[in-house]
Amino acid sequence: MLSYILKRLLYAIPIALGVTLVSFMLVYLAPGDPLNAIAPADAPADVVASLKAAYGLDQPLPVQYAKWLLLAVQGDLGKSIASGREVAAEVMSAVGNTLLLAGVAGLAGVLAGCILGALAGYWHGSAIDRIATILSVVGVSIPHYWLGLVLTIIFSTKLAWFPAMGAGPGGSADWAFDIVHLRYLVLPALTLSVIPLGIITRTVRALVADMLEQEFVTALRARGLSNRSIFRHVAKNTAPTVLAVAGLQIGYLMGGSILVETVFAWPGTGFLLNTAIFQRDIPLLQGTILVLCMFFVSLNLLVDIVQPLIDPRMGRA
Amino acid sequence: MHAFRPPCRSFSLPGWLLAAPLALAVSLAFQSTAEAETVARYGISLADIPLTTGQPDKGAGAYQFTGHTIYDPLVAWEANVDSRPGKLMPGLASSWKVDPKDSKKWLFTLRKGALFHDGSEFKADAVVWNLDKVLNDKSPQFDAKQAAQVKPRIPSIASYRKVDDYTVEITTKDVDALFLYQLPWFLISSPAQFDKVGKDWNKFASQPSGTGPFKLEKLVPRERAELVKYAGYWDKTRLAKTDRIVLIPIPDALTRSNALLNGQVDLIETPPPDVLPQLTGAGFKLVKNVTPHVWPYHFSTLPGSPWTDIRVRKAANLAIDRDGVVKLMNGLATPALGQLDATSPWFGKPTFKLKYDVAAAKALMAQAGYSQAKPLKAKIIIAQGGTGQMLSLPMNEYVQQSLAEVGIQLEFEVVELENLYLHWRSGAKADMNAGKGISGINLAYVTADPFYGITRFVDSRYIAPNGVNWGGYNNPKIDASLDKIRTSFDPKVQDALLAGIHQTMVDESLMLWVVHDVNPHVLSPKVKGFVQAQHWFQDLTTLKM
Repeated sequence: MLSYILKRLLYAIPIALGVTLVSFMLVYLAPGDPLNAIAPADAPADVVASLKAAYGLDQPLPVQYAKWLLLAVQGDLGKSIASGREVAAEVMSAVGNTLLLAGVAGLAGVLAGCILGALAGYWHGSAIDRIATILSVVGVSIPHYWLGLVLTIIFSTKLAWFPAMGAGPGGSADWAFDIVHLRYLVLPALTLSVIPLGIITRTVRALVADMLEQEFVTALRARGLSNRSIFRHVAKNTAPTVLAVAGLQIGYLMGGSILVETVFAWPGTGFLLNTAIFQRDIPLLQGTILVLCMFFVSLNLLVDIVQPLIDPRMGRA
Repeated sequence: MHAFRPPCRSFSLPGWLLAAPLALAVSLAFQSTAEAETVARYGISLADIPLTTGQPDKGAGAYQFTGHTIYDPLVAWEANVDSRPGKLMPGLASSWKVDPKDSKKWLFTLRKGALFHDGSEFKADAVVWNLDKVLNDKSPQFDAKQAAQVKPRIPSIASYRKVDDYTVEITTKDVDALFLYQLPWFLISSPAQFDKVGKDWNKFASQPSGTGPFKLEKLVPRERAELVKYAGYWDKTRLAKTDRIVLIPIPDALTRSNALLNGQVDLIETPPPDVLPQLTGAGFKLVKNVTPHVWPYHFSTLPGSPWTDIRVRKAANLAIDRDGVVKLMNGLATPALGQLDATSPWFGKPTFKLKYDVAAAKALMAQAGYSQAKPLKAKIIIAQGGTGQMLSLPMNEYVQQSLAEVGIQLEFEVVELENLYLHWRSGAKADMNAGKGISGINLAYVTADPFYGITRFVDSRYIAPNGVNWGGYNNPKIDASLDKIRTSFDPKVQDALLAGIHQTMVDESLMLWVVHDVNPHVLSPKVKGFVQAQHWFQDLTTLKM
């Protein structure tokens, strides 16, 4: 197992390098100028030229990338062009906030998706199945920022049950797991949870319905096993696939919640990425993407490690 | 056997009578302690708190947040009046004069008794130290980031020196009578605090020290900055009327409105026009004012541009129903009559009136040889949105339709605002513009002072890439007027000359002016004393809760 984990970790290195290289190139391919993050719009040419030199932006792109990479492998992600703050500190603070949001949203979405999917699969073709299917289609198709706005209008501005934005009355730095702060989490987490909810519901429904048609289930029934025992067998057989899909979904939530975090002014990685993109703050963008990439790779690794524990056949393969 | 009796039952009636007022008194005492501090929570449109080290980034509008709150300039701008444009005021310099023997030398007498938040005294050394901070890259305190913000705004300074503890001499590159307008942008940080935090601007950012009316108590990047009243502020007429102002970045306009409706903030800037009826209907107050900002099309006047014909430029200006654009903005704009608002002392008396007259516009286009059937074609580069650009796409589409009616067929090149800045700095002649057939640019901007409102667009010395005279306008008469302004130290003469230049700009229809922004704010009924200055500089000391 240890060699398997090490091998997977080694695979992660070229993936991370590839991601940073692609994101670096994409930022430069996009029109605009990183200096817009620091120079006034009407800065004359001499000021712009001196700034380029001061930030090393006058050097060839491969040199800039190599310098960044050299420092990054030593754990130094550089400083944000726009704010001058350490990128590593910026990213880690944002990652903490996103982990909280994505964790709660992912957990809620996966749990609810498993329950809905199992019910729909078990009562395949029934009214419950149709309701679950509609919910999963809505969850997958609905624009999440729109849902966030609608939820805010209903539950925040009309009913005043939950705050409209932010990560607590004193900001994320004062976060605590109490009612006051958890109220800030409800609407963004609910908005984000519909993504995994939809996908997991569809996955579980299809797996359970398929599994119930399998011969081993017929054999279990013939042996007189109770429905609960049969369901336990079905659940165990569907778990590895569900786990793989859930891992991917939580990975997406870590980096894919730009719009939702912006709508709720939630100070996570999505909000940070949004700021970095519009300011062309390349060190911040690179650092955030690298950390998110490593999270994604780690999550997949975790799933790969857990799957054989649930289904030993996968380990043997 | 005794039945269980809760302890409170043991209180006798007289005890209750005694305890109730006591409890009430204690509760009121606590409440009054809690209420002793007044707090205003301000939802700002930026994605992050602007730089707190001295020179804020993120444009002119950011100065009201971490500029003129924490710091003071040598020469300040009067930002606590709303009924007229403000004017230059003594700041950390109590007076100034031009050396009678050499008009390039300005002598500033510094205010005595002004203390930085760290307790150190403001003296001439601090002025020289701060000028080095942004102009001398060999100095240990030089900060490229602050320099980038302010160096373009104080282009006239050639050298500076301390004369004595309370006098500083600044020499300009050329005689420049408008030099003082550059100084409200230059803010003074504390040298003592810089030493105290280990000569590190990043540490200084979270523990800054200026002489301004507020101290920064807490900074959480991208989430909040808490400014508290500085009781030791030197100008007792401008002591903050709120104990604490919490700045909360909420870049999304709808989220800002929701936060206001929900009671999470007490005031917001730049509400989305379509939510305005809901906000005012819920009892919130809309505050707006004349603002030095314009939303124009800047034409290329280079050979080959379709806008070289003055009849076409005039026709374009007559084809726009500006009241219709204001309606589109739900009233959050005012029709433009020129580059500047008509109340500006530099507006002048243009003979060409910007009005909606389709017949006159068509007649001018016919004279120029164009009509709806045979339209003039032009390509304009615009932003998809962004700070200060108002409702960029709908407004541009409105202009496009209006111009089509008189025979001008516009094609848009839509880019991100950051990219548009690049096209702006490069000028109409650059390959990225002329090479792609672009003959006009739509970029809204600040027009707060003579340089920002007028000079930079008409002075031939600022033809891009040396400045943002984007279209390459070159008029020797205007250049001569500008030279005269620079050597005229009488403000009345300056105003008259500037008015003359603006008059020429309008009479020549140098640009297509559409509307001015009104810098709208929406306030909760709890907020009192908010004064909306006719400027991007605002004075938050007037806020009262």
